[in-house]
Amino acid sequence: MASSHGAPPVFKNKVVAWIDYRLPIFSYIEKEYHTFPTPRNFNYFWNFGAIATVMLVLMIATGIVLATNYTPHATLAFDSVERIMRDVPSGWLVRYLHMTGASFFFIAVYIHIFRGLYYGSYKAPRELLWILGVVILLLMMATAFMGYVLPWGQMSFWGATVITNLFSAIPVVGDAVVTWLWGGFAIDNPTLNRFYALHYLLPFVIVAVVALHVVALHVHGSNNPLGIDPKGPQDTVPFHPYYTMKDGFGVLCFMIVYAAFVFFAPNYLGDVANYIPADPMVTPTHIVPEWYFLPFYAILRAIPDKLGGVICMFGSIAVLFVVPWLDTSRVRSCTFRPIYKWFVFVLVIDAIVLGICGAHPPEGWYVPVSRIGTFYYFFHFLILLPVLGKIERPLPLPPSIADAVLKKKAG
Amino acid sequence: MRNSFLKTFATGAIAVAALGCGALAVAAETEVKPPEKHWHFQGPFGTYDRAAAQRGYQIYKEVCSACHSLNLLSYRNLMDLGLSENQVKGLITEIQVPDLGDDGSTIDRPARLSDKFKKPFANELAAAAANGGKAPPDLSLIIKAREDGPNYVHGVLTGYVPFDKLTPEQIKEASVTKDDNYNKYFPGHRIAMPAPLADDKVQYVDGTKATLDQEASDVVEFLAWASEPHLEQRNRTGVRVILFLLAMAGLMYAVKRQVWADKH
Repeated sequence: MASSHGAPPVFKNKVVAWIDYRLPIFSYIEKEYHTFPTPRNFNYFWNFGAIATVMLVLMIATGIVLATNYTPHATLAFDSVERIMRDVPSGWLVRYLHMTGASFFFIAVYIHIFRGLYYGSYKAPRELLWILGVVILLLMMATAFMGYVLPWGQMSFWGATVITNLFSAIPVVGDAVVTWLWGGFAIDNPTLNRFYALHYLLPFVIVAVVALHVVALHVHGSNNPLGIDPKGPQDTVPFHPYYTMKDGFGVLCFMIVYAAFVFFAPNYLGDVANYIPADPMVTPTHIVPEWYFLPFYAILRAIPDKLGGVICMFGSIAVLFVVPWLDTSRVRSCTFRPIYKWFVFVLVIDAIVLGICGAHPPEGWYVPVSRIGTFYYFFHFLILLPVLGKIERPLPLPPSIADAVLKKKAG
Repeated sequence: MRNSFLKTFATGAIAVAALGCGALAVAAETEVKPPEKHWHFQGPFGTYDRAAAQRGYQIYKEVCSACHSLNLLSYRNLMDLGLSENQVKGLITEIQVPDLGDDGSTIDRPARLSDKFKKPFANELAAAAANGGKAPPDLSLIIKAREDGPNYVHGVLTGYVPFDKLTPEQIKEASVTKDDNYNKYFPGHRIAMPAPLADDKVQYVDGTKATLDQEASDVVEFLAWASEPHLEQRNRTGVRVILFLLAMAGLMYAVKRQVWADKH
């Protein structure tokens, strides 16, 4: 059926050949997912794109099933979720898969982003690929936030209150914008209805942007741990079966951890207050978002000024858009950047410290620590990244991927 | 190359972990933690102790249900606790629930299996009015709606201290008077609910000695089941799913090794 590199495929199956002559989907699959030349030296960090894709599909599949049983109404939503948990056959499984799935989708995507930062996957010619990735992250955040509101528990309601109120910081029109977002003068049924509609819409927008992300990826192919371009067939392997099998293994390993949470600790990553129905008259002692928002929440609260906090919070994502131009280094991979590679880990530690600050009320030590953390976050991207690229002396690059792989094998 | 990365990564990971642990240690709250008990439903192989949960239902029915609703449960659900249909019908014979008669008038009729648990008050306002301005919380999800739910609920039920046994500091800290209730594990210590359970508060039908600890443990077992009725099925399915995934991952690893054999 198939061919080797380059030559157009010839299909023995007549039906396949007939369709492909008119609509070349089989040629496309053949070219992009079978013979597609892929660097031969990926480590397991390169599994997380595939893992994130699997999670996206899983979230949409479970989400549609939940939607068929959910009632988006302020007085009925909470009980309809509990009906799914109690009376819908296997409803508890679908709901826990979806709820825990959101966390694991973020885990996969955060590791994927770390991979990109460490190995310089955002550098030319993959800037647009990276930017599309940041767009996906933003869409995921919006989707996750609105999804968390749907069970209409205490944390749903008060989380929505805190986040929508951020827009009141906009000068002059802020309050009008918030009223418009709410669909009234308080968070109520209209807010829940629009969040439900958007929570159903945005995942399909994510699918579309993921498609663009993959198209952009397949123009120049994947980056690799060495950050050097493949120079010929000796540096690459066909995507299938080499990486389909390796991704399959990686996905299964990820699923084991995911399943352990779904079946044995489904509520561990959530907040207990969301099992209390929303009550506009009772504010929870600590309003905290889901764990994957905590670093950004800490940045928001670190700034004493409301508008400043909002700007910094959105800025912490916005800065990612320009990372390809902030990084001035000649080499992509941190493997050859003896100084910068440590700062990538410092950034990870910084994000975790910010996350811990975000989980606690802004008092005592958490205030100065979250301020230092916020400062360091922007210092990393705006100062360190451009300056280090200029002054750091990268280690010598190997002549080719094959050379490095074979030398490692020998030594 | 790979080794140098692994070394970098391992060092980074250790630093991250150390920092995380340190921060969490600082984060330990000053609130009084209830004692940790062992629960039959804990862990990946946990199940509900049917006898304890049935006794817990007896506590709920005879004590808690005077003020606390259990809105998300129907009487038919009690069959999950190892009771037959006839046994459950026997348990609910005396319960009268409000309904509409054929002529549209409000009537009370005997409860059916399909009925939701009867509410102690006609509505939220009535519940609040009868309880000093705040309706007692519904108990359907109480175990999942509190941090460390089973231990917390057990702690509150057993954590009352009579006013004359309080130290002056405790009285000052919680600002309680003789008419208030002091509870060791309730946040702020001043709790509206008077101590609901005591030794021999009920007479168990199965002959178990009704100590305060026994009653509290039994009602927690019942409420844990009420919060998460599918826990046993979840655990059973989980064990199978994980075993299946482990086997598949092992197989997949072998296939991957085979495919890559000529490239390493």
